[in-house]
Amino acid sequence: MNPHVIVIGGGTAGMEAAGRLARAGMSVTLIEKGKDLGGHLRDWYHLFPDRRSSDEVLEYLKGQISHQNIRLLTGQQVTGFIHKGNEFTVSTGNGDTINGDALLLATGFDLFKSERKEEYGYGIYENVITSADLEAMFRKKEVKLVSGKKPERIGFLHCVGSRDEKVGNIYCSKLCCVTAVKQAIEVKKIFPASKVFCFYMDMRMGGALYEELYKEAQEKYSVGFIRGKVSEVAVNINNRLVAKVEDTLVGRPLKMELDMLVLMAGMEMSEDAVRLAKETNLQMGENRFFKPADHHFGTNMGNVNGVFYAGACTAPLNITETISHARSAVTEIVNYLNTGRK
Amino acid sequence: MEKFGFSLTKARVIDYDANDRSIVSYILEREPSLNLCIECGCCSAACTTGNFTGFSLREIHILLKRGENDLVRQKIRKCMLCGKCILVCPRGVNTRNVVFLAKQAFTKNEGYEF
Repeated sequence: MNPHVIVIGGGTAGMEAAGRLARAGMSVTLIEKGKDLGGHLRDWYHLFPDRRSSDEVLEYLKGQISHQNIRLLTGQQVTGFIHKGNEFTVSTGNGDTINGDALLLATGFDLFKSERKEEYGYGIYENVITSADLEAMFRKKEVKLVSGKKPERIGFLHCVGSRDEKVGNIYCSKLCCVTAVKQAIEVKKIFPASKVFCFYMDMRMGGALYEELYKEAQEKYSVGFIRGKVSEVAVNINNRLVAKVEDTLVGRPLKMELDMLVLMAGMEMSEDAVRLAKETNLQMGENRFFKPADHHFGTNMGNVNGVFYAGACTAPLNITETISHARSAVTEIVNYLNTGRK
Repeated sequence: MEKFGFSLTKARVIDYDANDRSIVSYILEREPSLNLCIECGCCSAACTTGNFTGFSLREIHILLKRGENDLVRQKIRKCMLCGKCILVCPRGVNTRNVVFLAKQAFTKNEGYEF
């Protein structure tokens, strides 16, 4: 009989890994809590840095999992697992149990809940939205203010829920900078007459073609960049948003009226995965993502032999990195199952 | 000799080696969180004083670290120690204590009175 690998999470990492495991001759059960596969990818419009449609990647992933060795279980929440010797038993919310030889956690991330930064007014002021809300607008091809009007001035606020002791996240989510630049360009393409500003602490453009995208935003779209962390947002008598920031490069406080403010929500370990980690004694790092066995050689493994990790449940990762991480997890799992499970 | 009216202009360079960093050392010993500042300016954006005067806590931090004490000595008089800056700091710097300790250091080291 083929070894059986249970993959928890049907987003980018889980789908890629499931497909690769099946092609490596494993029998795979892919468990997804939602009713559809694809995870966050289903909510995005275009991906950075090349503005490829996320649907294209989704199609690729669907192709990956169309394999006879893969059994799909959607709409099922994993509540825990136990292991005896080399065998794992996973239990789900509706009382089922599934036995397997190895476990791959591909539980991904949750977006930071922007309401928690109350001073930015998400859920209070109607035209304060999140980066995810804007992607949804792009997908519907309906980018507009609540009044239905075109926004004339749009601000992007970096580091919402990232690099912020006040919400307990000291880490950088690393994708929000490039996402803001990508979204700024998308907005300018829809509203060429609008003016777009990014409020940033540092522009972290450390990825292939990111800096080029940043330059394109300046060169072709005249996106403005203001270095400072916004302290608060209010609404003035004209019902326009007002952001308060120090323009640190000038060294003076700056206030700016905006029609729309986009909060670049960071990434956090998914709440369900935190619960699972606590119940099963899987170690989490200081940042609450799964703690890798080794930061150089063991990012697919943790503290329980036979339990593997793939994707953004280990750290904020982009789609490219997530797919690579899923592939390396498959290599580790195959190695584990072939070499006496040590 | 004919006088042409030439004079020497003081260089505006930050002379890092000549500058006195005893004030910042005094503060850091007692409030090491000052080292965590990333110059985001959130403190200055939230600051009531900074809205009306040239006071910027972010600037104070960097001036202290560079030993530009003459500027700091004048500027920190403006702080009202309200502590709004502490509420917004994403790095958890105890910004108010930095001002308090700076005043203390100037008084102790230089006999300067605020």
